[in-house]
Amino acid sequence: MRTRTERFLPFALLLPTIAFLTLLIVIPMVQALLLSVMAESGGLTLDNFRRMVADVNFSDAWRNTLLLLILIVPLQIVLALVMALLINSRFRGHGIFLYIYAIPLAISDLAAGILWLAVFTERGYLNSTLQSAGVIDQPVLWLSFDNFAGILSAIVIAESWRATALVLVILIAGLQLIPRDFFEAADLFGANRLRRTVHVVLPLLRPSLQSALIIRTIFAFQTFAVVFALAGRNMPVLAGEAYTWYATNRNEHVAAAYAVVVLGLTAVAIVAYLRVLGLREAEVQR
Amino acid sequence: MRGMSARAFAFAAAATILVTACSTTGTPSGGGTTAGDQGNPFVFASTQFSPVTEQENMRKKILAAYQGASVDFVTDQEPVILDRISAEAKSGAAGQIGLAGLENGQFAALVAAGAFDDITKIADKHKDQKIPQDMLTLGKFGGNAQVYIPWMQATYFMVASKQALQYLPTGADVNALTYQQTIAWAKNIFDKTGQKKFGFPLATDGLIHRLIQGYFYPSYTGGLVTTYKSADAATMWNDMKELWKYSNPQSTTYARLQEPLQSGDIWLGIDHVARLIDVLKAKPDDFVAVPAPAGPKGRYYMSVVIGLGIPKTSPNKGGAEALIDYLLKPETQIITLRENSFFPVVDVKMPSDLNKGLQLEADAVAKQANSKDAKVVPLPVGLGSKGGEFNKAITDTFVRIVVKNEAVQTVLNEQAAIIQKTMNDGNIKCWGPDGTSTGACQVK
Repeated sequence: MRTRTERFLPFALLLPTIAFLTLLIVIPMVQALLLSVMAESGGLTLDNFRRMVADVNFSDAWRNTLLLLILIVPLQIVLALVMALLINSRFRGHGIFLYIYAIPLAISDLAAGILWLAVFTERGYLNSTLQSAGVIDQPVLWLSFDNFAGILSAIVIAESWRATALVLVILIAGLQLIPRDFFEAADLFGANRLRRTVHVVLPLLRPSLQSALIIRTIFAFQTFAVVFALAGRNMPVLAGEAYTWYATNRNEHVAAAYAVVVLGLTAVAIVAYLRVLGLREAEVQR
Repeated sequence: MRGMSARAFAFAAAATILVTACSTTGTPSGGGTTAGDQGNPFVFASTQFSPVTEQENMRKKILAAYQGASVDFVTDQEPVILDRISAEAKSGAAGQIGLAGLENGQFAALVAAGAFDDITKIADKHKDQKIPQDMLTLGKFGGNAQVYIPWMQATYFMVASKQALQYLPTGADVNALTYQQTIAWAKNIFDKTGQKKFGFPLATDGLIHRLIQGYFYPSYTGGLVTTYKSADAATMWNDMKELWKYSNPQSTTYARLQEPLQSGDIWLGIDHVARLIDVLKAKPDDFVAVPAPAGPKGRYYMSVVIGLGIPKTSPNKGGAEALIDYLLKPETQIITLRENSFFPVVDVKMPSDLNKGLQLEADAVAKQANSKDAKVVPLPVGLGSKGGEFNKAITDTFVRIVVKNEAVQTVLNEQAAIIQKTMNDGNIKCWGPDGTSTGACQVK
């Protein structure tokens, strides 16, 4: 027979988490939803969404956000996976590699953006290096307003540098959870390194990959500081528009409408990941 | 055990660094004498001096000789400061902010909410300091109460690299340029060097909207809102498109023109005094500072007035008054100019040992104001919380016409409709170059 305390203990232990989530996630989320459908004079309206859709930056912001997502997330997952497998192979000095890879984690995204601006700007490190090497005579305008590919590449490089380590940390944790027995069994059956990776490591890494994908996608939807620093006004993104409408244009209703769109997109992406990479009952129990 | 304590130490050190780095407030200034006599300590909140060096100058140099109640100078971006003042006003109880230092237009947002005391008496006390009457009138927002007293002022002007002077079109006087001559100048540089050397402050935190509001529009059309889609306006936008052809295509990343000027990415540009001072101080011999160009309707320029207001919820009104008195002293006004490049509003004798870069600025400001065809406009007045949307409508017009090359009149008609809606929603009356109106200002 369980005592009363035992029955309530799990709930008591959950309480701090629930309080945290309610205070800092649920309440602001509900407030944002309300704000997005409220007129300035009070009362419910869809005007804020109409205004958002009619805005000059809206379609560009959609396109750019999705484009960045499609380019950045797969690139980072592949890069992080390669780095994680490399570190997990425990070659000599693998610890140093981990520390070097993790450095960008400590840098704020705006600082990272400014850092890369110093690289790509007209008289930046990239141009001066290329010039002194004799590759180019005149500085190349990588971030010129009519050089969309240049701006996009700069952002993808900067974002990959900044946030790949986040994915890396999750994948390394996942790799370390895989019991050694599996590798021994694979070796016994004569699997080479490649087959071992494809048939043993990747399937067992799926739960970690799923978390990494979800977290990275959420962050990709929130990206804007790096974009602001490198592209200025040239490349509106959804999260950036939410910020601009709140901080610069001083209209929290339209800002909330953008936030709701970002929330919706994020939710759709997460459900998709859970479905596609979903863990079957048996795997969970194992 | 040793490992643990080392870790704890590292953590404490990291936390200390973080806290110090993140804090926007420094050591409280003043309070050197017995704080009890001076009343409660209070916060001096401002939207100005947000760069770290300017904050430090304010706390350590400008406020150094201040002797009153303990003051904590806090600065942040406009929405943060305005939200904090309005939150204290809404709460009604005694707040922390004792004094606010804001732009004229930023006060307007809070005046409607009745957030500030009437400080007519303080203004009267400073009568013999000869603060310009039109600035004091601006601080009344059309009523009788003195909402703020002017503290310092700034403006925008043009800076040109001396390398560009050889390409000046024939017959053009660099101190009395027109927009046509400026375009010809930029074109000439492009023709001779193959480089696009004009710069616009077009980044998301650049001040392009101020240039359009206070310089391009009034100089070409004699108005702003009323003339927004006029034929004169179309002429202006076509000229801007022409100028854009010779402008650095990386302009969309320029927040402050001093950086591309200093690196040589651009040779010409118009920007705010505080966003040009670094290059003028660093290389005073390589640049000239000249008045902004003139258009068909005159040489319009914008005057930025920063004022001091006492919130109704101020925890120490006597202390706030003492701080106003201190900030308006001629000595303090000169230190403010020297350290943070904002110009005095009171009658002062300019010192002869001014920094070379500052001297360049002071001369340009005087030349601009004293030009034969000079006409002054204030920052937009009375927009209140609509200010952001108004600025956006203006900047979007620039981006659509000039950067994205959309049809001029179509864009003007569409953006004028947005501007009209903003005017109507806020019932905002005409100001400055548009004259006055009884109801909301109307686009003609």
